[in-house]
Amino acid sequence: MSTLTKQDTFSSLIEAAPNNFASARATGKEAYVFQGLPAVKAEEYKFTNISKKLEQNLTDFSTAKPLPLTDAQVKAAVHEGFEGSVLVFSNGQFIPGLSSKIDEVEVSLISEKADLPIGSIANPKKDVFAALNQASFQDGLFISVPKKTQVDKAILLLSFDEANEGQVIQPRVWIEVGDFAEVTFIDQTVSVGESTYFVNEVVEVKGGINSQIHYYRLQNEGKNAIEVSTIETDIQKDGRFSSVNISLSGDMVRNNLNLNLKGSNSEGNMYGIYLLNGKSHVDNHTNVDHTIPHAESNELYKGILADQSRGVFNGKIFVRQDAQKTNAFQQNNNILLSEDATVNTKPQLEIWADDVKCSHGCTVGQLDEEALFYLQTRGIDKLQAKGLLLYAFAGEVLEKIETESFREYCDSLIQERLGSKF
Amino acid sequence: MLSIKNLHASIEGNEILRGINLEVKAGEVHAIMGPNGSGKSTLASVLAGREEYEVTEGEVTFKGKDLLDLAPEDRAREGVFLAFQYPVEIPGVSSTNFLRTAVNQVREYRGLESLDAVKFLTLMKEKMKLVEIDQKLLSRSLNEGFSGGEKKRNEIFQMAMLEPTLSILDETDSGLDIDALRIVSNGVNQLKSGKNATIVVTHYQRLLDYIVPDFVHVLYKGRIVKSGTKELALELEEKGYDWIKDEIDSAATV
Repeated sequence: MSTLTKQDTFSSLIEAAPNNFASARATGKEAYVFQGLPAVKAEEYKFTNISKKLEQNLTDFSTAKPLPLTDAQVKAAVHEGFEGSVLVFSNGQFIPGLSSKIDEVEVSLISEKADLPIGSIANPKKDVFAALNQASFQDGLFISVPKKTQVDKAILLLSFDEANEGQVIQPRVWIEVGDFAEVTFIDQTVSVGESTYFVNEVVEVKGGINSQIHYYRLQNEGKNAIEVSTIETDIQKDGRFSSVNISLSGDMVRNNLNLNLKGSNSEGNMYGIYLLNGKSHVDNHTNVDHTIPHAESNELYKGILADQSRGVFNGKIFVRQDAQKTNAFQQNNNILLSEDATVNTKPQLEIWADDVKCSHGCTVGQLDEEALFYLQTRGIDKLQAKGLLLYAFAGEVLEKIETESFREYCDSLIQERLGSKF
Repeated sequence: MLSIKNLHASIEGNEILRGINLEVKAGEVHAIMGPNGSGKSTLASVLAGREEYEVTEGEVTFKGKDLLDLAPEDRAREGVFLAFQYPVEIPGVSSTNFLRTAVNQVREYRGLESLDAVKFLTLMKEKMKLVEIDQKLLSRSLNEGFSGGEKKRNEIFQMAMLEPTLSILDETDSGLDIDALRIVSNGVNQLKSGKNATIVVTHYQRLLDYIVPDFVHVLYKGRIVKSGTKELALELEEKGYDWIKDEIDSAATV
């Protein structure tokens, strides 16, 4: 029997938690104890045996301390052409001293907001890792975009991770976007070194009426990093939340993305690429909950898997009885480049309303040999032809990134990977 | 230029080509005709290097090199061009970027300097006229949503860009209306010179009114069973393939 499935695995971490947000932490702890770490057959973690992974790799259940970072290190880590503000995290802790001030936007430590309803969006009862974070996070980032504010340049949430072997990093972020406001976030990790650590992140996003939120995420963790993230948002009337998630590395990564469409004419978009090699394992669980009529969700995740990597996709769409006139589209396409690579994909639609338009589909295949041959007969070298085709495959998701410099950066990372490794 | 000797090839254990012999010299146009299933497209595919086919016997030399030993991309760089019967649609790959990559890889192999964006566009504009292809098509993804005629025109356009020494047109006339046929043939004819050669694989004589062959070969059951001049094509058009089949099959039973 795994020792980790016992509820007390992370108990030392929970005991060491700060005293603030007492009630939220108590709720988190209770939800953590009640759920326990996922058992081997737990449906939600069926293909991602995170408990075993943690058991085998975590040696020190304490929180990693922030690293001593310099401005120069931060500057060097910001991708070329980026013009917006940078908010720096070090081992999960927000570091105001290294972060930009942003015009019209309120930024502070989460601990300065004693009344914040932590866990009211990312319900700890839904996932044990969200519960663990809520019970034991150290501090985090609070950011608020006032109503009618257009933040022209993207805000980069830049996380530097370098834990001692087997430590825990728990970022916590609360984002509020007022009515009619618009903002773009880029959530990017810079892994320093190759130690094994566990990142357990929770991001709660509260969008206002007609708010437009773009949330781009680049997961370029160290190849030994283990990560679980939960991003959850409530989308109000006429609001729109668009996420693009790009996963390029990590030992085992689990992303929980939950969109709750709570107002009519709201829209939730979920796009993702996982481009994996080695033994990387990336699991994207998305959940969109249509509770009201006249809302729309779009989803497209694409996977390219080489070596012994594994991709897991689970896309849940709930259309509740009241949610008539819902449009919900979901697609997951995968290309396997090796016989040892695996994909488990599961579209899951639960529709209770009777006047809706929903579609879903998933494919798992190989590179189109005919297309490859066609390119080769035009003099293009096989390796490059493969790269060209894979790049085109990924392109459909990449083009959803509206911030040009970030898109180009991701583009270059992907091209580099396709050119060299595949 | 091209010398095929006793070429045997099979796919999944079925022998399709059963001893092809063919000599093609610079400046010549050869037509390969024959009934369905005779091995015409297989021959074109084997020459271009399609991996599904296994060459079990025989040899092919192209400009003195062992063609069968080369990867498909190296055959192309050496100057072999296959115009596909069914050009592949490749979503997400822009026609222009694709072609620039191709042209520059071929040029690099041939020891020529690569073309910068301006020179490439100039060359493209010049070649576009040959096949009356619209620039709008080339700003789209490769062949995606192209009509049958547009795809075939694009094949000849690519051929013009890559300047091959041996062009193999695999059923380029299939699915073309008479205007498209004229445009495509025109393109091919303008690209003809004393230094290059063309193999036209076709089922119908119609194309040969436009691209006039020096030699016509009839392929049947994986062998060239009859060779002649363009008059042979006319005879085939008139009489069909049955008389040849009868001739060969009765000879075989004797």
